[in-house]
Amino acid sequence: MTNPYSFDIASLSVAIPEIFLLSAIVVILLIDLFLTQPFKQVTYYLTQLSLLITAILAFNLIGQPDTIIFSDSFILDKLAAVFKVLMLGAAMVAMVYTRHYLIQHSLFRGEYFILVLLAMLGMMVMVSGYSLLTLYLGLEILSLSLYTLIAIARKRSNAIEAALKYFVLGAIASGLLLYGMSMVYGISGSLNIGEIAQFSSATNLGGREALIINFGLVFLVIGIAFKLGAVPFHMWVPDVYQGAPTATTMFIATVPKIAVVAMLVRILIDGLGAMQLDWQGLFVALSLLSIAIGSLAALMQTNIKRLLAYSTISHIGFIMLGFVTGVIAGYGAAVFYVLAYVIMSLAAFGVIILLNKKGFEAEQISDYKGLNKHAPWFALMLLIVMLSMAGVPPFIGFYAKFFILQQILSAGFVSIAIIAVIFAVISAYYYLKIIKTMYFDVPEEGNTFSISAPMDMQIILSINAVLILVVGLLPNQWLKLALSLF
Amino acid sequence: MEFEQILFYIFSFWFVASSLAMIFSRNAAKAVLFLILAFFSAASIWILLEAEFLAIILILVYVGAVMVLFLFVIKMLNIDKSTLRAKFAGYLPLGLVVAAVIVAEMILVLGSHQFGLEVVAAPARHSADYSNITVLATQLYTTYVYPFELAAVLLLIAIIAAITLVHQSQIKRKQQSISEQVKVRAKDRLRLISITSPNKKTKEVDGG
Repeated sequence: MTNPYSFDIASLSVAIPEIFLLSAIVVILLIDLFLTQPFKQVTYYLTQLSLLITAILAFNLIGQPDTIIFSDSFILDKLAAVFKVLMLGAAMVAMVYTRHYLIQHSLFRGEYFILVLLAMLGMMVMVSGYSLLTLYLGLEILSLSLYTLIAIARKRSNAIEAALKYFVLGAIASGLLLYGMSMVYGISGSLNIGEIAQFSSATNLGGREALIINFGLVFLVIGIAFKLGAVPFHMWVPDVYQGAPTATTMFIATVPKIAVVAMLVRILIDGLGAMQLDWQGLFVALSLLSIAIGSLAALMQTNIKRLLAYSTISHIGFIMLGFVTGVIAGYGAAVFYVLAYVIMSLAAFGVIILLNKKGFEAEQISDYKGLNKHAPWFALMLLIVMLSMAGVPPFIGFYAKFFILQQILSAGFVSIAIIAVIFAVISAYYYLKIIKTMYFDVPEEGNTFSISAPMDMQIILSINAVLILVVGLLPNQWLKLALSLF
Repeated sequence: MEFEQILFYIFSFWFVASSLAMIFSRNAAKAVLFLILAFFSAASIWILLEAEFLAIILILVYVGAVMVLFLFVIKMLNIDKSTLRAKFAGYLPLGLVVAAVIVAEMILVLGSHQFGLEVVAAPARHSADYSNITVLATQLYTTYVYPFELAAVLLLIAIIAAITLVHQSQIKRKQQSISEQVKVRAKDRLRLISITSPNKKTKEVDGG
């Protein structure tokens, strides 16, 4: 018998980004402990530096052949490497905005950045997870960090309420996901995604096996839908978005969505792809409900964070439609939509954070009255974001919706496409309402929109918003990239 | 009936009975004690299944640490039972329907006709010198070393989160700030308020 404890250390080279990030977290945690108050900014710069180095390490792994290590529980393929680079890039942008917000609201603490880094580690584990166990552990690392990032504003009662709500509902969803995983494990006899795929695609799958694997599948879909915030598992989204500190809301709204989509791809396509017809129906219902509720409920909102929450729900509906098609072109369109959504959300929350002042959150839509008079450049940025979210060409949001609808139509779901388009038109109303508020309403007395954000945030935010236009003009390169991941 | 089967039924009976007693008991402290009994019964069943290590861990960790903590919390907090029960009664009919549907579905899908001995073979028996802990440790440090490390990260987050949420920087500490005491001026500490009282009698009393 060979020595079970021997392993080839060179094989771990594909996990270098994770290994580096975890080491960096521990080092930063210790450095932060000894920093006195005037030097707390060092934690922020170290966080950005370690995110950058991790992104470079992950970038170097793009193009490596598919490798599975750690006893078949970690995979490095193109999807994992590209998603990691995108998540780390999005997190770096988010941290630039976050610093301004935390300073404005005296929440600046080293732990905030350390928890963000830990959440990033969890998401990277999810993206690379090749066994149900590691996918679940990555998800829990992510969720636990997020709960704390919300509750870190412990003096605000609505932040505590949001954290508690998210925690309880998140725990129930994790339980459902685990239950589904235990069923799939019980019948297939393996936690490994590859072996589950082999088991479920066997042509002689008996009635007993098919029944139990379907039973588990339902729970898996519910767990994933909850984490994405799809209707009818969306009740936490508006409350958490509104109650959490805006910087945390921005983080929750952007990077984890990429990771959950990766988990969806790993479980439902890599693992249970042979059962696509079984989960297709569930996805049709989830996505149509999300698009409808997300579009209709947003019409009545006066709080911009709540409005963006419902807008997220409707975007999630479109992303899930891409997976309904069951073809690679559809999955690619869904990944393109996720990228577009993340860029747009970052810019939208960036503008909200930009307009924050000491002790004042620009949360109400009425706070944006006459923004154009005082800060025409950032009004233009928000205009681009809103038009893109509404799906107006030539912005990225238009192509995202266009590719999804194209794939849905070519897969033969004409009625679904029609319903989605009708609700997309309805949702344009509230995006245009914000534009109208910014450009045509008279500002309220005493609202001067003094912009106190540092230059680096203003520049990054401008680049972020202009990117919506640039990618919108050259969407084919990005679509090709998205398609090459499958 | 074999001796082992008799033991299994005894332990199962206590498991189910104490779980029900836990749910229906009105006293929270009693509920915790019933839960401890349920854990002991579950641990006994695990020993019958040759999972000795897990059984011992269940008793050591859950009964020894978690449940004692629970008891502490229950004794510390003054839980208002009447409000809890009022909400409970409102949701009871709907809850019963949902629970009945779920139980029926689970029996149909997961009943003994799916996982019974006729369908799935019984696991092989191990000899007396078979070491549970060795096998578990070998698995944990070889095949499952990556999930094992991730679980450690999860615990690290729990520590950071707990300290972040509870730690109050220097507010609660009863610390003397000498420089502030020296710098203090009369107007910071003393407030003169001129009181004009319409009632003369009171004023006289005050003066006296």
